[in-house]
Amino acid sequence: MVKIIRNFASFFNLSSRREDPGSPHRIFKTLVFHIRPRMVAERTLRFTLTFGLGGTAVVLVTLQLFTGILLKFAYEPFPVQAYDSLTRLQAGLAFGQFIRNIHFWSANFLVGVLFLHGLRVFFTGAFRPPRRVNWIVGLSLFVLVLAANLTGYLLPWDQLAYWATTICLGMLEYIPGIGQRLQQWVMGGPQLGPATLRNFFALHTAVLPVVIVALMTYHFWKTRKAGGLVVPHSPLEVPEEKPAMVPSHPNLLLREAAVALSAIAFVLTVALLFDAPLGLPANPGLSPNPTKAPWYFAGVQEMLVHFHPTFALLIVLAFALAAFSLLPYLGGSAGSTGVWFISAIGRRTAVAGAVASGLITPLAVILDEAVVDFAGWMPGWPPEISNGLIPAALFIGLLAGVTIAIKKAFRAPRPETVQALVVFLVVMFVMLTIICAIFRGESMALRWPGI
Amino acid sequence: MNPKKPKPTAVRIETPTPSGGGVSRRSFFNFLWGALGLAALAELVWVAFSFLSPGKRSAGDQPANAVVSAGAVESFPPGTVEAFQRGQFYLVRLDGGGFLALSCKCTHLGCTVPWVAKEKKFLCPCHASSFDITGNVTAAPAPRALDVFPVTIENNIVKVDTSRRIKRSGFEAKQVTYPPKG
Repeated sequence: MVKIIRNFASFFNLSSRREDPGSPHRIFKTLVFHIRPRMVAERTLRFTLTFGLGGTAVVLVTLQLFTGILLKFAYEPFPVQAYDSLTRLQAGLAFGQFIRNIHFWSANFLVGVLFLHGLRVFFTGAFRPPRRVNWIVGLSLFVLVLAANLTGYLLPWDQLAYWATTICLGMLEYIPGIGQRLQQWVMGGPQLGPATLRNFFALHTAVLPVVIVALMTYHFWKTRKAGGLVVPHSPLEVPEEKPAMVPSHPNLLLREAAVALSAIAFVLTVALLFDAPLGLPANPGLSPNPTKAPWYFAGVQEMLVHFHPTFALLIVLAFALAAFSLLPYLGGSAGSTGVWFISAIGRRTAVAGAVASGLITPLAVILDEAVVDFAGWMPGWPPEISNGLIPAALFIGLLAGVTIAIKKAFRAPRPETVQALVVFLVVMFVMLTIICAIFRGESMALRWPGI
Repeated sequence: MNPKKPKPTAVRIETPTPSGGGVSRRSFFNFLWGALGLAALAELVWVAFSFLSPGKRSAGDQPANAVVSAGAVESFPPGTVEAFQRGQFYLVRLDGGGFLALSCKCTHLGCTVPWVAKEKKFLCPCHASSFDITGNVTAAPAPRALDVFPVTIENNIVKVDTSRRIKRSGFEAKQVTYPPKG
């Protein structure tokens, strides 16, 4: 028996270097400490530094892989069979509905958790050197997870899936230059059909999981290389040369386990209580009214109501992605790290940015809905100008105005100003998402929810 | 990362360069390996992309029923719109008696636009674009008029070629097909 354990131990390179090499406890610890650090800076353990968001994301991805593999045994990637296989899964298979619920809810939570994780990293300054590259890796992971969500959204092949995917892929057409070819390539033909489902299935169940897991590994490795989490120090404090370290076991590992178990318990509870939606089978001849994109793309869909698609895409995709990727290079160097919102001025400007955006965004949406009609006011002009260039110019003017106002009113240094602008944009995007997802009813008209 | 830590210096094996002053054999072969590697990578990418592209359909793959026979001219009263689910188009007979086959896909993001007879317009449920009976945009965000398919009238039968989608910015009289007089 001892011999077997010893042989088993050699899998983990434990051999007989230390006393009691065969103890299962040691095996576990050596394996864990190959992945997790042995020592961590004491000040990074505080829950309010991270809120355990990155760890929660890892847990959710693990749940996705586990339930996804199970679902793959029951799913058929062909237009009509797909829907039937889902109804069979839900009605006939033991825990079928439950497994699908976990997969559905954990996918949705993952988008939210990653969004918050990104905000946490930004607002605690953890995107600054030496973590610049890792910030971009994280952004890429977020985009990949969105892609995984979108490709998974089509698979049930119900009305919701079919039409939400139709309008999401319809956006591709407006990417200048390559749009139409890209759209054809993704769809696998001129319109959404069996080829699209085949492509999405392959992307969703093979390409994206592999790429995401590979990039996650790189993300963690880069975090280790940067010396772990960002160690908090306030503006007046000189950063410690060697922060106080404590052993990871039990300090870090127990905290991680608590976060992981809470996350799992939460997802399982939601999955028990609420079923993942499954609408009527897809009908290419009938768009439901209203047709909405999945909620994480509702902000983009809301922009499409107000801007010409080319400009909505340019603003949202090109501008936002470029701006967020360049943040570590443009943000200036702050006096603090690991402190929420940089400084006292930073906290005030962030609140100002949030309040300004919270007031301006709904006002602008209502104004555009009720009063503004550039296309009607400028008959004869191409829509690219009346519905595209002019609102886009107004939007950029608004951003410039907000930046200058905050800089002047608070005498804010550069990092605080950039931060306020990011707060402004993030709150705007969240508001647009809420407006589209909740406040738009039939024919995408604005209405009070529930009426 | 850590500037204090000296980087290990690589051991270089010096190879004699030919006295002529040209490229050494070693660097030439290194270059050759690199170039071959890049070529192999390019081939791999090219093969993968060609495999994944939607593909050039051969003539045999064209659906035989791309031309839809909609029906006799008289069966469509002027000023009406008839939906053809299979071909994904609307056959419109204008008040002047001419025919127009409109694609039922919204030019904004591709939703199917239903014809609302009461209001005499096509109303998109996705982003509230609307189009008049000729397919012209009457409310944004749709950027251009509904696409049309060519209509021909043979032996009093209206036929629509659904394989040829024609994009247009707006309605023009020449897009209308009239039944032969007499």
